Amino acid sequence: MAVKPLLVIAWGNRSRGDDAVGPLFLDALRRALGPEELARVDLLEEHQLHPEMALDLVGRERVLLADADPQAPSPYTLQAVEAGRDASLASHALSPSALLAVYRELHGRHPPPVTLLGLHARHFGLGRPVSAEAEAALPAAVLWALAWIDGDAPGDWPGRSAISG
Amino acid sequence: MTSLETAANPEGLRRVAIDPLTRVEGHGKVTLLLDEHDRVQQARLHIVEFRGFEQFICGRPYWEVPVMVQRLCGICPVSHHLAASKALDQVVGAARVPPSADKLRRLMHYGQVMQSHALHFFHLASPDLLFGFDADPARRHIVAVAEAHPDIARKGIALRKYGQEVIRATAGKRIHGTGSVPGGMNRHLSDADHALLLADAARMVEWAEDAVALVKRLHAADPVRHERFGEVPAKMLSLVRPGDGALELYDGVVRVRDEDGRILLDDQDPCAYLDLIEEEVKPWSYMKFPYLRTLGPAYGWYRVGPLARVQNCSVIDTPRAERERREFLDAGHGRPIHAALATHWARMIEMLHAMEVIAALLHDADLRHGPLTATGPRAGEGIGVIEAPRGTLIHHYRVGDDDLVTMCNLIVSTTHNNQAMNEAVRAVARECFDGRALTEGLLNQIEVAIRAYDPCLSCATHALGSMPLQLDLVGADGSRRGTLVRHGDGRFERED
Repeated sequence: MAVKPLLVIAWGNRSRGDDAVGPLFLDALRRALGPEELARVDLLEEHQLHPEMALDLVGRERVLLADADPQAPSPYTLQAVEAGRDASLASHALSPSALLAVYRELHGRHPPPVTLLGLHARHFGLGRPVSAEAEAALPAAVLWALAWIDGDAPGDWPGRSAISG
Repeated sequence: MTSLETAANPEGLRRVAIDPLTRVEGHGKVTLLLDEHDRVQQARLHIVEFRGFEQFICGRPYWEVPVMVQRLCGICPVSHHLAASKALDQVVGAARVPPSADKLRRLMHYGQVMQSHALHFFHLASPDLLFGFDADPARRHIVAVAEAHPDIARKGIALRKYGQEVIRATAGKRIHGTGSVPGGMNRHLSDADHALLLADAARMVEWAEDAVALVKRLHAADPVRHERFGEVPAKMLSLVRPGDGALELYDGVVRVRDEDGRILLDDQDPCAYLDLIEEEVKPWSYMKFPYLRTLGPAYGWYRVGPLARVQNCSVIDTPRAERERREFLDAGHGRPIHAALATHWARMIEMLHAMEVIAALLHDADLRHGPLTATGPRAGEGIGVIEAPRGTLIHHYRVGDDDLVTMCNLIVSTTHNNQAMNEAVRAVARECFDGRALTEGLLNQIEVAIRAYDPCLSCATHALGSMPLQLDLVGADGSRRGTLVRHGDGRFERED
């Protein structure tokens, strides 16, 4: 079966306040996509990033990662992700850079272009609902992701540094 | 009281804290207290954060619980999913779930065990074993393994991926699935997923067997270290199959052996766990210390998980894993094996067993046909016990007439192993710490001993997320000699 060219991975814990914004972003994006777009993009929800997810990146043209970011101003930040070895390689949960490093070593080539969408998030209490400010920031992030799927998202270009949405 | 757990005069000791433990889910801290002669007087594994997940569950409708408890942990969510389902089977009156549901749950569970064991061994443990404890820390991770041993890394990641696919196919989602429900399952295995899993099953069995062979080669290359490092004689507790005492990870009766391998308890009903074990609270740790009631806290502590299970059972009912179990037992020359690194060998035997079980189950037509749920007289209480990848996992709930949970008690594998891990820290501290040089190699040796248990401190403390952690050095006169902070993003900061 042919792999869809685009992949969106969002992660977080739906029971830990604003950590849920990744999965909620994915829910909203799924609702906003029509059949034509869904034929071109896979949407994956995860609790955290694991090494075998490097296999999910194989054959993709572009990949979008989305996670709660306690440092991100509202509504979001964008960052090009480069493969890199960091402390997360010694833990159960990989950073985006470490995931790409696993990809590079496994496949002996550079991973596809990967953009990290840092979603505005501030409060992470167990059992707490998503904060109003984090929820309010989601529509803008979804709009940006729709443009990313269409290939004309502002701020999504190789070599850019982190910028605010 | 264990000799190195509590010093006679702690106020006069120098304190060395190792913090955090890398390659451990959640966070922990190790403290070594030294006397004026720089000898280790106290050694403790601390847990530094506590959040009440049980309280979070109370007040929720019982049917939500098998999904909600998966958010405890990013590593073993399926174990919580199934333990909660088993407990709530009793609440909905399903004394036995239908054969299709039982087999689908087993398939899901063995997929979980397989992927978790693969993650631990290949991603977290193999760098230590392949490169050595004293290797450059920058090389001790899966990317370096992929560089130096690409075939091992590829197989490890493929095994893990296969286990995740088993979970997706049975639970309905890659994470936090809804496949298991109180009273049974809500879906069969689809024809497409059946074909997908069956296509790779034989190859995965071969690769799992290769993993056992790899552990044996590593053992043979450094037998003294593998047989002695972090050796802690301990009682062994696990579920076994009723009747023949076979290795049983999904459902069974409790068996306990002593340090010499003699059976102390057998055929115990796991639902009577409160009669069997008690938990001791110690003022210096948020994590409790379970022990066998009949023996008391000083002598009743025990080990759970692969090293305990492989030696506690009488047989493994799949041929390749049974052959490996016998070879493993032979390495003990008639005595139980209690060395920390032997856990990895036992873990790979279990991974092979899990893959053999999966391959056999895929030929069972009940996975794709037959009734999925059962009901009966409603009850107000349920207890589910399962052998999670790291060891025995207990879920206990009481549910009110309004269907809301009124009581939740979770005893996770890492909590069962609390005393055994502390003993392992002490064993390594006695053997390896000279009282002077706090080297990366020493820190890693202590961590290697703890990591062998694959502790999941997120589960044990019911804590989630990352936090900054610090290493304090306090002199015998009580003055702070320095602080090393590792932030949540991995950055180090030193204050002298």
